[in-house]
Amino acid sequence: MNESEKFPSFSLEALRRRDRQEMSRLVEAFSGVVYRLGMKMLGDPQDAEDVLQSTFLKVFEALPTFEGRSSLSTWIYRIAMNEALMILRRRRPEVGLALEEGNDEDDEPLSKPQALVDWCCLPENELLSGEARRVLDEAIRKLPEKLRTVFILRDIEGLSTEETAEALGLSETNVKTRLLRARLRLREMLSEYYGERVKESGLYG
Amino acid sequence: MDRQDCQHLLAALGEYIDGTLDEELCREIEKHMAECENCRVVVDTLRKTIYLYRVEAQEESLPQEVRHRLLARLELEG
Repeated sequence: MNESEKFPSFSLEALRRRDRQEMSRLVEAFSGVVYRLGMKMLGDPQDAEDVLQSTFLKVFEALPTFEGRSSLSTWIYRIAMNEALMILRRRRPEVGLALEEGNDEDDEPLSKPQALVDWCCLPENELLSGEARRVLDEAIRKLPEKLRTVFILRDIEGLSTEETAEALGLSETNVKTRLLRARLRLREMLSEYYGERVKESGLYG
Repeated sequence: MDRQDCQHLLAALGEYIDGTLDEELCREIEKHMAECENCRVVVDTLRKTIYLYRVEAQEESLPQEVRHRLLARLELEG
């Protein structure tokens, strides 16, 4: 499904003249996803709320200049991601520096998968236990920023490769490469935890 | 994950999982996986990884008080 089809359509004209009803509809449609994006990017409810508020303030401020070249949803995701990255850099200024130095690993060969325990057989309540959820959250926060942004938009929010590329200002090839790297890293981190659970449960071997 | 075939599979894995890889390559990958237990495990656990993040994220909802503060900030309450 295309991202723009997941959301209702909006009248740009009504939004630009600050029609309260249309603005409220927009907020209702997107506040959940923007908050979630903030939580996944920053892992802290207060930071996520800051992302949420500043995103909508920016959206309404910038609507008169929105040209509609990308869909409204992709545009909102882009603003939300920028707000999240700004908070991240304020919190850890060295991250921004590292990025500017261009420590890009897109051209490096993929590292070979190390963990080879099959943990798919674990029951759902164990895969999504409270402890497992903490492991999921921790793993995503350990991803380098440029992999995390792609993973969140593509795999969690379900944007297409093209939409993700637009929202992050990347080429589609870069989106694909980074997504695979993100998925493989997360798989390694989750395998460490779930692999142990499999061994404990005696399902292994 | 040492064989040449495994390396090929790794590079094409993203598109394979997303269902955007061309049919012939898909058949090659599936043939390889039938013979290579390690690659099968990697593919299965990779799919499961994505699935778990999706499920977990669907359950994350906007707390009521956060929603109220947002509407107040945007002067859209009531």
